[in-house]
Amino acid sequence: MATQAAEVPARRQTLRDRLDLGSGIAPYILVLPTVVVILAVAAYPILNSIWLSFLDNPLSPSASFTGLTNYITLFHSNTFIASIGTTFVFTIISVALETVLGLGVALLINGMFPGRGLVRAAILVPWAFPTIISAEIWLLMYNDRTGIISYFMQQMHIIPPGATLLETSSGIVAASIITDVWKTTPFMALLILAGLQVIPSELYEAASVDGSSKFQQFWTITLPMITGPLIIALLFRTLAALGVFDLFYVLAGNQVQSMASYSYEYMFTRTTFDFATGVAAAVVLFATGVIISIIFAIVMRVTRS
Amino acid sequence: MAVKEQAIPKAQVKVGVAESRGGFSWGKAIRYLGVVLVVLIAIGPLYWTFATSVKSGVELNASPPTLIPHTFSLENYISDLSVSIFTRDLLNSTIIAVCTTIISLVVGILCAYAIARMKFRGKSAVLAITLSVQMIPPIAMVGPLFVFFTSTLPVYNTYVALIIPDIVFTLPITVWFMTSFFRDLPPDLEEAARVDGASRMRALWEIIVPLTAPGVFAAAILSFIAVWNDFIFGLTLTADQTAQPVTVGVTRFAGEHTIPWGEIAAAAVIVTIPLVIVVLFLQKRIVSGLTAGAVKG
Repeated sequence: MATQAAEVPARRQTLRDRLDLGSGIAPYILVLPTVVVILAVAAYPILNSIWLSFLDNPLSPSASFTGLTNYITLFHSNTFIASIGTTFVFTIISVALETVLGLGVALLINGMFPGRGLVRAAILVPWAFPTIISAEIWLLMYNDRTGIISYFMQQMHIIPPGATLLETSSGIVAASIITDVWKTTPFMALLILAGLQVIPSELYEAASVDGSSKFQQFWTITLPMITGPLIIALLFRTLAALGVFDLFYVLAGNQVQSMASYSYEYMFTRTTFDFATGVAAAVVLFATGVIISIIFAIVMRVTRS
Repeated sequence: MAVKEQAIPKAQVKVGVAESRGGFSWGKAIRYLGVVLVVLIAIGPLYWTFATSVKSGVELNASPPTLIPHTFSLENYISDLSVSIFTRDLLNSTIIAVCTTIISLVVGILCAYAIARMKFRGKSAVLAITLSVQMIPPIAMVGPLFVFFTSTLPVYNTYVALIIPDIVFTLPITVWFMTSFFRDLPPDLEEAARVDGASRMRALWEIIVPLTAPGVFAAAILSFIAVWNDFIFGLTLTADQTAQPVTVGVTRFAGEHTIPWGEIAAAAVIVTIPLVIVVLFLQKRIVSGLTAGAVKG
């Protein structure tokens, strides 16, 4: 083996150079399908949505351009404004809870103890459920018939007998948040855990020797080192929460709506003239996501300097 | 490191890596309690659903609801599985998930190979494009897709209508996973093969992929789960059991008068048991794959 290693490097270098220079067009062919699929199936519909939102009746061949009419209708609609509020409340509270709880769970299970793999598997279970099934499962616990949560809440006098959490708007939003936090905290926890495990233990040992407390160590060592991946995870979670649809569709129907479920209602359950309004709502949602991404990018650039 | 030379009492090594070796301490006890609590919360709803699914009609409506079922019957499962729409939905979900996973694996591996092993301009642009998919709320895609699939490309209410948008969401998973795994693979073996005259593609599929099989496996599972969990595309791009996935079928389930909670619970169990089993057995792979992207960036 030793002689082979001595001989190969010289040949390898020239071969590698030749291969890379010659790989001119090949890589582009390899990445082409991926890029084409994404641009065609994701980017194009977005652009098309923006176009459709400027028409009056996109589903008919004789659609005409109506400019901002749909957007004006949208922002005059109390339901839509309400859905914006609902979406933001849901997003902020869910993401905050998931991050904090995820951090807590990660700290909790960070370390050697027997059954660690089993614990990680157990907390991954909620994440594996389709959101819609999670919603149905929690619905089973929230409803007035088989609802064990409703039962406990009645016993604890949080709600009157015979009532469920799902009867008030705020109750519905709370139920959605609980379900989403249940489902997504494990994901955040595992992501943070990975970040935690990269931190070399020498840092903590040195700090301990220098006399800093556990608390100080957390703030000065742990947090700064997981900030990077944490912010990225935060951004993606926030964007996903912004587009929340499944939960509100199942738990709330048309009673309380997120921007996405409002958009769905107008696109698919009403007259063809409402289709464009629904599309406009989706465009507003997308624009919100873009703005938030830009804000995140700015924040990241600022904190890095 | 001079620090390591000193004898550091175990008690001082706290946050970060807790080497709990022997001995009882309140800190440890509270930590274990916390872990138990977390596990209970995570698994609790699953247990509740399972318990509900094996209760028979009368016990379902009992108030207060019973924690441990008094009756144990499979009537809900039998009832569900004898509904042809439900079994058709399960078939639909499976076919769509398998097709999407295979396609996105092939396409994604090609793309990942180029990124990991080749030099070309626009590499970061490609990665940025795959990442940007996460920024798009699916609801913003369904309008035009619906219009497109009912006019220009009439595949509405077919498997194709769902496979196409699903691929958009599984491709980034595959690309990021496999890029990370390919990068970590030492290039020796494939270069040896290429010196011997093998083409890049042969080297890729006959050497690299088998060596990164765990990564391929993990990518496949994550993709499968992602597609299995889809709801919004299934809801908007199908109309009935011809192609609807089971996630949508369950919501189109509702009876006229009473909501069949027992059947719904049984359906939820049927839909999720395969996922839960996969997750339980493969959690290590899944976690290492998920975090490979996060940590290595």
